[in-house]
Amino acid sequence: MRVIVPLQGVVQGRGGLVLGSVIPCALFYLLQLYFKRHRSEPTPPPQTLTEVSELNRSLSRTHLSPRGSSAPACVSTRANSIVKSSDSPFYVGLKRVSEDPYDELSNPEGVIQLGLAENKLSLDLARDWLAETAKDSILSGGGSSGPLSMAGIANYQASDGLVELKVAVAGFMSQVMERSISFNPSQIVLTAGATPAIEILSFCLADTGNAFLVPTPYYPSFDRDLKWRTGVEIIPVPCRSADNFNLSISALDLAFDQGKKRGLKVRGIVISNPSNPVGNLLNRETIYTLVDFAREKNIHIISNEIFAGSTHGSEEFVSMAEIIDSEDLDRDRVHIVYGLSKDLCLPGFKVGVIYSSNENVLAAAKKLSRFSSISAPTQCLVISMLSDIRFIQKFIQTNRERLQRMYTKFVAGLKQLGIECMRSSGGFYCWADMRGLIRSYSEKGELELWNKLLNIAKINVTPGSSCHCIEPGWFHCCFTTLTEQDISVVMERIRKVSETCKSPR
Amino acid sequence: MNHSRSRRNPTREPDFPTVKPPSPGGSSSGGAGAAMRLIVPLQGVVQGRGGLILGSIIPGALYYFFQLYLKRCRSAKPNSNPPSPSSSSAQLADLSRSSSRSNLSSRGSVGPVRVSARANSIAKPNASPYYIGLEMASEDPYDRFDNPDGIMQLGLSENRLSLDLIETWILENLERSMIGGADGHLNISGIATYQPLDGMMEMKIAVAGFMSQVMGTTVSFDPSRLVLTSGATPAIETLCFCLADQGNAFLVPTPYYPGFDRDMKWRTGVELIPVHCRSSDNFALSVTALDQAFNQARKRGQKVRGILISNPSNPIGNMLNKETLYSLLDFAREKNIHIISDEIFAGSTYGSEEFVSMAEILESEDFDKNRVHIIYGLSKDLSLPGFRVGVIYSFNTSVLAAAKKLARFSSVSAPTQRILISMLSDTRFIQRYIETTRERIKKMYVAFAAGLKQLGIECTKSSAGLYCWADMSGLIRPYNEKGELELWDKLLKIGKINITPGSACHCIEPGWFRCCFTMLAEEDIPVVIKRIQRVVET
Repeated sequence: MRVIVPLQGVVQGRGGLVLGSVIPCALFYLLQLYFKRHRSEPTPPPQTLTEVSELNRSLSRTHLSPRGSSAPACVSTRANSIVKSSDSPFYVGLKRVSEDPYDELSNPEGVIQLGLAENKLSLDLARDWLAETAKDSILSGGGSSGPLSMAGIANYQASDGLVELKVAVAGFMSQVMERSISFNPSQIVLTAGATPAIEILSFCLADTGNAFLVPTPYYPSFDRDLKWRTGVEIIPVPCRSADNFNLSISALDLAFDQGKKRGLKVRGIVISNPSNPVGNLLNRETIYTLVDFAREKNIHIISNEIFAGSTHGSEEFVSMAEIIDSEDLDRDRVHIVYGLSKDLCLPGFKVGVIYSSNENVLAAAKKLSRFSSISAPTQCLVISMLSDIRFIQKFIQTNRERLQRMYTKFVAGLKQLGIECMRSSGGFYCWADMRGLIRSYSEKGELELWNKLLNIAKINVTPGSSCHCIEPGWFHCCFTTLTEQDISVVMERIRKVSETCKSPR
Repeated sequence: MNHSRSRRNPTREPDFPTVKPPSPGGSSSGGAGAAMRLIVPLQGVVQGRGGLILGSIIPGALYYFFQLYLKRCRSAKPNSNPPSPSSSSAQLADLSRSSSRSNLSSRGSVGPVRVSARANSIAKPNASPYYIGLEMASEDPYDRFDNPDGIMQLGLSENRLSLDLIETWILENLERSMIGGADGHLNISGIATYQPLDGMMEMKIAVAGFMSQVMGTTVSFDPSRLVLTSGATPAIETLCFCLADQGNAFLVPTPYYPGFDRDMKWRTGVELIPVHCRSSDNFALSVTALDQAFNQARKRGQKVRGILISNPSNPIGNMLNKETLYSLLDFAREKNIHIISDEIFAGSTYGSEEFVSMAEILESEDFDKNRVHIIYGLSKDLSLPGFRVGVIYSFNTSVLAAAKKLARFSSVSAPTQRILISMLSDTRFIQRYIETTRERIKKMYVAFAAGLKQLGIECTKSSAGLYCWADMSGLIRPYNEKGELELWDKLLKIGKINITPGSACHCIEPGWFRCCFTMLAEEDIPVVIKRIQRVVET
């Protein structure tokens, strides 16, 4: 009987003030307090809910069934979201191509790859060099001559890269970036590709829940590299076709303030220079205003310069490293990402570079490189390749010429179809304006066209929406996986689709 | 520059008043209209007057709603900052600092730019004697001829006993393996271009074959359940990301490999709960200890997501028998948690005892396979740590799917994969290699343990690994961690040998040391023993 008394008091309005109001009120309050305490101990609240339900289930199951089989073991929330994260058209397209790749002779009906920024124009040069020197370079531990050093490739090596490779990469970087800057090998951390280089910088510069400003359109994989495991967020800073997709400081400022209003702590700006997917370069003036902006807000700059050597215009490439060289004040906030996947056409080798003057970042990145080190035989191979100055010089020059030729041909082909490209001078791609071909001027219309190009015309291009472009109808087309003969095939295929698009108008 | 700054400052200052109002807003809403009213209920409470409604119920209800509001506010943005109290307060602190600085100094130079809190804690200098020893030994390495007074490395479990075999193979086959087919035409697109991030299929097949060869041919490994990473280190980290969220925990029997503290915790935000094993049980794992640790963690409100075991164990060198494996699986099922089984030393056995892989147990009986994940690599059993090849083998499709996507952060380079594909496919070479290596490890183990025994130092009975677990508790002065570290320091600086103290492995009993003997040549053993003797005698 007693147990019901206070409740009775509440429900029926009887039971006096103490029993009817104060006691239930206090009880309820204590109960809430108890819940609150319980909830805030294990970190993210939504999880605890699932955990609780699961625990009950497994317990009751074990009680019920004599075999004692319990609920299936569940994986972490972050793994679940990685598994479930729906692939953007960028990844869908890549997968389609890998399943049914075009080949002039053996699979002429296959899908042509224009979605992957990979350069196959100068593979023959790399092949000739490798065929001649691969064996010796691995066996001699990267030196040009000398006895076999098994220990140099089989044993544990420094996880952030061999010093010889750092020296070689630093030399290559200044060669590629036109010699005006010299890179200090002790400020280099090598990683297994530029992808982990970006992730490690994201870990080092921001904590979970912090954010980076990233000008759009941006490389679709930033959504994975900067965010997935780090818990960092991206605040897009929209650039528009009216400005030739150039970055404006007022847009940055606006995005920064918006982030602040949302309670997000902005820790840095991530830029790609030469930009991917547009292909334009940042001029010196923009770079200085960027640095001013970063100083004013006291934030970092990550400059992704992986296409630095793959320029094809007359415009001059200016590296952020010039800032590190000249301005004392801002050294600590500028970090450069580089790699050999684009400029040396060796994505399979997986060599990425973090270049920073910030001692804390370097120390942390060196320790984190244990999670993505490059294997020693590959390092030896690259050391001797990069040390062959004559080969490298010839390679860079020839590669630029071929890139220029392909770019001109490809853009001219598109122009014949009435598709204009943004003027660009770097990268393996052009940024094509197909606004005239989409039926509804929206993301939906853009994806419809992308779908048609992929499934009817069988060419895989990346729609602007995958790059978070704010304007629909722009497409990223990489032309360096093609041969020159392929260009006419691509144009023919696009023409077929574009005709069906235009007819209903 | 100054221009823009002077323009911006005035806009920033008014920011403060506009930011602040929300906090007093809640209480002043009643006070705005009638400032007197606000004090009345409080008066009632403090002075015990004001009647029951004004004095108790209203403040009670207000307080309750206030709590409710706080609670909601906190759970509203859960993923934005999970380690909320500490990090958010730190953020607030440096926000206000940087803005006040820029207001003060006319030059507008702000404070030094900060790195993330996690980078700060990672960048701190090494505190563990394991890493300090490794660093010192690498700076002044012993060499019989060039540097006879250098530090001898017994702290790194690397096998250099069979490098000659590998060398011969590479001299003969390197060209063929990289350049490809008999026509001598280099297949450049198989090396230079983008490859699957989680490893080439040929490589997975070769590795799966090697694993069953090493673990006794009774088990077969399915190549489609493999994910390759650049070393076992990222393999462990990737699994940790996949199985646990920030703030969750893993049970780890001690003593354990010192690197786990980095691999499992650093970037994942996961915690390790040590489960102590004792010398009186020969450091064997007991399920009661596991159970106790599990319950204690639960009482602390920690969610345990799995157990991490090394089999063969590192640093002890003993193996888990079938019975223990069964009871581990039962325990994991009862608690509904995962098991990560680190089997990277599976092939480096030298005793008569047989190694049993978790995969073998799962194949034979009807257990829930979804919760078992195996770590492997070629660094120990194939003596190729420089090649950086690690393996995740899992039966769980979600884990595999996530791990494949995460492999983008730690891929193995293509030339290395090409070399290994042809090395591992050379079954005759591999067979001979495994046999010879086992014999050589055994010989070294016997010679090394005998040498220690002469000094009165006993080792735990072990049958696998590249090390022994030596009991030097008789040699330490105060019987505690301090005494152990003093001995370690003496051995490193006077004896010039680097071994790993048990405390670096979280061993609960002081005086145990891990000594790796596979970096030595046979002639080095007397030198090591002499050096230890010199220290012991002082």
